[in-house]
Amino acid sequence: MIATLLTPRFLRNALPALSLTVLLLAIFYLQPRAMSYFGLNLLLNLALPIAFATIAQMCIITVNDLDLGVGAYVGLVAAIGATWLNETPLLGAAALLGCIAVYAALGALIHLRNLPSIVVTLGMSFVWLGLALLVLPTPGGKVPDWIRAIMTLKTPFLPFTIYAAIGVGVIVHFGLMRSSYGVVLRGAGGNPRSVSRAGWSLLRTKVTMFALAGFFGMLSGLSLIGLTTSADANIALRYTLLSIAGVILGGGEFVGGRISPIGAVIGAMTLTLAASFLSFLRLPPDWQIGAQGGILILVLAFRAVINRAEARR
Amino acid sequence: MTPTLRIAARLLEKPWLWAFAAAFFVWLATIVFTGGQGAAAVLTAALAFGTFSVIVGIGQMYVITLGPGNVDLSIPATMTFAGAASMKIMDTQDSMIFIGLLVALGVGVSVGIFNYALIRLLRIPPIIATLSSSFVFQSAAIAYGRGIKIKPPPVLAEFTTARIVGIPILAIFTVILAVIMAVVLHKTVYGRSVIAIGQNPRAAGFSGISVGFTRFATYVLSATLAGLCGFVLSGFSGGASLNMGAEFLLASIAVVVIGGTSVAGGFANIPGLWGAALFMFLLVTMLNTFGLGAGIRLIMTGLIIISVITLAGGKSTGR
Amino acid sequence: MSEADHSIVRLDGVEKHFGAVHALNTVDLVVTPGECLGLVGHNGAGKSTLMNVLAGTQIPDQGRIVIRGIDSTDGYTVATAKQHGIRCVFQELSLCPNLTVAENARVMHRALTGFGWRRRAAALILRDLDEIFPGHGIASQEIVGDLSIAKRQMVEIARAFSVTDAPADLVILDEPTSSLDAVVAQQLLTFVRRHVAAGGACVLISHLLGEVLSTADRIVVMRDGAVVEVRKASDFDRDSLVTAMGSVAKDGDGAGAAYASKRADGSPKVRARPAGQVEGPDLTAHAGEIVGLAGLAGHGQTDMLIQLHAARPSTRHTHVHGPVALVAGDRQTDGIFPLWSIAGNITIRSIRHLLRHALIDAAAEREMASQWQQRIGIRTPDMENNILSLSGGNQQKALFARALASDAEILLMDDPMRGVDVGTKQEVYRIIRDEAANGRTFIWYTTEMDELKHCDHVYVFRDGAIVADLTRREVTEEKLLHASFEAAE
Repeated sequence: MIATLLTPRFLRNALPALSLTVLLLAIFYLQPRAMSYFGLNLLLNLALPIAFATIAQMCIITVNDLDLGVGAYVGLVAAIGATWLNETPLLGAAALLGCIAVYAALGALIHLRNLPSIVVTLGMSFVWLGLALLVLPTPGGKVPDWIRAIMTLKTPFLPFTIYAAIGVGVIVHFGLMRSSYGVVLRGAGGNPRSVSRAGWSLLRTKVTMFALAGFFGMLSGLSLIGLTTSADANIALRYTLLSIAGVILGGGEFVGGRISPIGAVIGAMTLTLAASFLSFLRLPPDWQIGAQGGILILVLAFRAVINRAEARR
Repeated sequence: MTPTLRIAARLLEKPWLWAFAAAFFVWLATIVFTGGQGAAAVLTAALAFGTFSVIVGIGQMYVITLGPGNVDLSIPATMTFAGAASMKIMDTQDSMIFIGLLVALGVGVSVGIFNYALIRLLRIPPIIATLSSSFVFQSAAIAYGRGIKIKPPPVLAEFTTARIVGIPILAIFTVILAVIMAVVLHKTVYGRSVIAIGQNPRAAGFSGISVGFTRFATYVLSATLAGLCGFVLSGFSGGASLNMGAEFLLASIAVVVIGGTSVAGGFANIPGLWGAALFMFLLVTMLNTFGLGAGIRLIMTGLIIISVITLAGGKSTGR
Repeated sequence: MSEADHSIVRLDGVEKHFGAVHALNTVDLVVTPGECLGLVGHNGAGKSTLMNVLAGTQIPDQGRIVIRGIDSTDGYTVATAKQHGIRCVFQELSLCPNLTVAENARVMHRALTGFGWRRRAAALILRDLDEIFPGHGIASQEIVGDLSIAKRQMVEIARAFSVTDAPADLVILDEPTSSLDAVVAQQLLTFVRRHVAAGGACVLISHLLGEVLSTADRIVVMRDGAVVEVRKASDFDRDSLVTAMGSVAKDGDGAGAAYASKRADGSPKVRARPAGQVEGPDLTAHAGEIVGLAGLAGHGQTDMLIQLHAARPSTRHTHVHGPVALVAGDRQTDGIFPLWSIAGNITIRSIRHLLRHALIDAAAEREMASQWQQRIGIRTPDMENNILSLSGGNQQKALFARALASDAEILLMDDPMRGVDVGTKQEVYRIIRDEAANGRTFIWYTTEMDELKHCDHVYVFRDGAIVADLTRREVTEEKLLHASFEAAE
């Protein structure tokens, strides 16, 4: 029994959950009062938007690309959400759908012209930011009540964020890991040639994954303004790097279609907690980002050790 | 073909030509709009601000030239950390400027070594390695340079903003740096190795090139130039600020791409960096002059990067 | 045409060229239900190209593809092949390593969708695995990347035989047993007989003549892109098969000069043993020697060269005395720098010796390039032209020039003459002989029989080990084929 628990593969799969648990225990040890409804809510408040952004990034990474514009995109969604969606809901909804369509088109462009996604999405980050500034030149706006209502939902036993995060993880897990087309989508990241030899369109897989990324990026922006109550074009620029870190922390690999939706959600929560953890250690908040980087390096180091142990077997 | 025509044809093949041409036309459009007013002042400003993009762009270009997957995301954090550390060490004293410069460069070298250690020891893609280390160094910069913004030593501030007949001294130095780095790229064993690895790493290894060492040196070079840039930018802008590196992640990659360097690696050129840096600044100036807001400016910048890469970049997959 | 109506696939006069190379030369082939067709031939005989044409992954330049009596040449693709029940197990792995065994079955079968598809996919692939490889020990939920190479191969084969909406009438197996052990290989061959007995058809490509002789009904022998013999398997035996595969002996131009050992004096420049080899002869090469590495493709010769290249100066089992240069055979992945000029491609190996004041001396570079252009006869108006402007043969000459122009005393050659025209070959052979006479050592992996006649010593590789050490006097085609094919049968 112990032997199976210590196999490299099991360890690698358990690593994200393990790191989250260790971090959570450390926080509870340092600050027992965090172990309450209110405490958890405070700790994990911002985990949901980051989780959505991480899932968006994961969709792109599945097909061996990278999105360096997701942070700016979330900012644009936030801007639209706090203005048009509130004032003229129809226009707002149409604009958000348009954003997803642009994402899908990016996937097609990258596939057809065989472009490096890093540069294309980097260019798009300028475009998203510019659009956000056009929609909302100065921070502010008003968030539609229904979004606010959802995000401040009082749920029994555990805060809404936790239920929502689990829900997202499970739904995406079923979509990508269990559904029959999800297999093809992941296969397109693992061995594109084999998937296209089996008669599937690689263009379609890429467009699907980019559109999904646009969709989850949208959810990230909307859930974010539900918490902050106002928007700012620059509100989520950090999310680009956080989302990549979240995917990797969650056990996803950079290439080859090896992803884990539930892991990605856990990774996002770990990053959120890492920030809170410091304040309990009475370390200055300056080290917030550093702690996130440190945890990322630590987990990657663990993974390297596990992989090396596996290679030796 | 007459000799002039042949020279013209040769010139047209130069990848950096388009960046300069675009910069020129944008500048022309601006001064036509203003009726010739401030034509020289705009150029001076472009040279001054372009300097910083060029310095980090050189490092980024070397890294990108190593081939697909190679990019340095830690440039902004390195700049900020180097700027904060050197400003604090110098503590506004002119006598410490040299020490401050050494500290900034030392920070860069350390970040570079750290980055490459992550790439090698953890066997992770350079993007993830430089991303993780950027988190750490960004924090280090925040923690170290906390509190009030420390002013640069007066002599440094003066030097970084000084001009000779309207040309910023810093720009002159950066042109010299660019020339040196161009010679390094094309005329040294190291530079050849970088280009060779970017085209075909296996063939490079079989041709007796030390692939590991070349990659190591390149990541250190990029981080060192970021450190240098943090140092002069702090001097130029009256001290290190915590988000001073932020825009240079995008800028460093953008100048490389627009300058005609291949994102797929193995083909690089230095002059294009200058053309692209001038173009990026002049474009913003032009859109400003036209009375357009920040939003439109950013959108235009983004669309131009994407158009350039679409036209110049990938090969069609033929499907 | 009752025979045509009866056949699953008929190829009529199929031709395929890659540049100047005739990969397929007017090939006719018929596969009928209820038969296993064996396909044998030496490296480069055109077997794989023929199978790629059948599977729809390569389009023939000439000829017709007739399926069940209907001409399907136009627009014949992988999808058409699949639809008509033609499946192919390629030599390289074509599973998705990030997916489970069952999920890989799903990628192949569009019909596996909707509620309960996971269960159905698992049942489908397990049924075929059980049927073909009883006691395989593979679980449907295992990630393919975690499986051993042999198990991946088993999954791949089972997947090719699995049936949902489209039939699996003709399954092409390209070296299917290369990574299987003897027991599992026998299971597969037994299944192939059962599949055939049930009215299916198979094409079996294998270098293990024993298994082709025992499994196939008919055997097609290919040589130099053409079908040279088609007979019932029972009409062949090992010897007649080997004879049929060999090419007509040609007399090299003085290549077969009398053998005189160059090993009398001095210590060897190279002494090495393949990484996986426990006993048997070491590879040895002395100054001035041309040493050949023979055997079937992919049996450890290239690995040996890489081992030698990486071992400067010495590791435990590998002793290399002197600078080494490698001439790549796979030009695109191992040799060419595609963005550089011809000159740049030649000088890269030697730039350390072309420095002046620490900078690369452009004049010296030009000098070296033009000197080698003349010595080796690279046909181009300007050495500053891009390397890709050259024909394949001339690109290869540039790679030779890169190695020869360097300070290397030991030159490793990784089957460098693939796809090179005859004229170029003769020029290069001459240069190799001259350079060897000057004291350089050549270690030459080649898949061409004729080239081995230039070698003083030939080491035959099989399954990653050296199985024979022949002097030039002893080298005959028959000996080489026997040594190459005499695997564990």
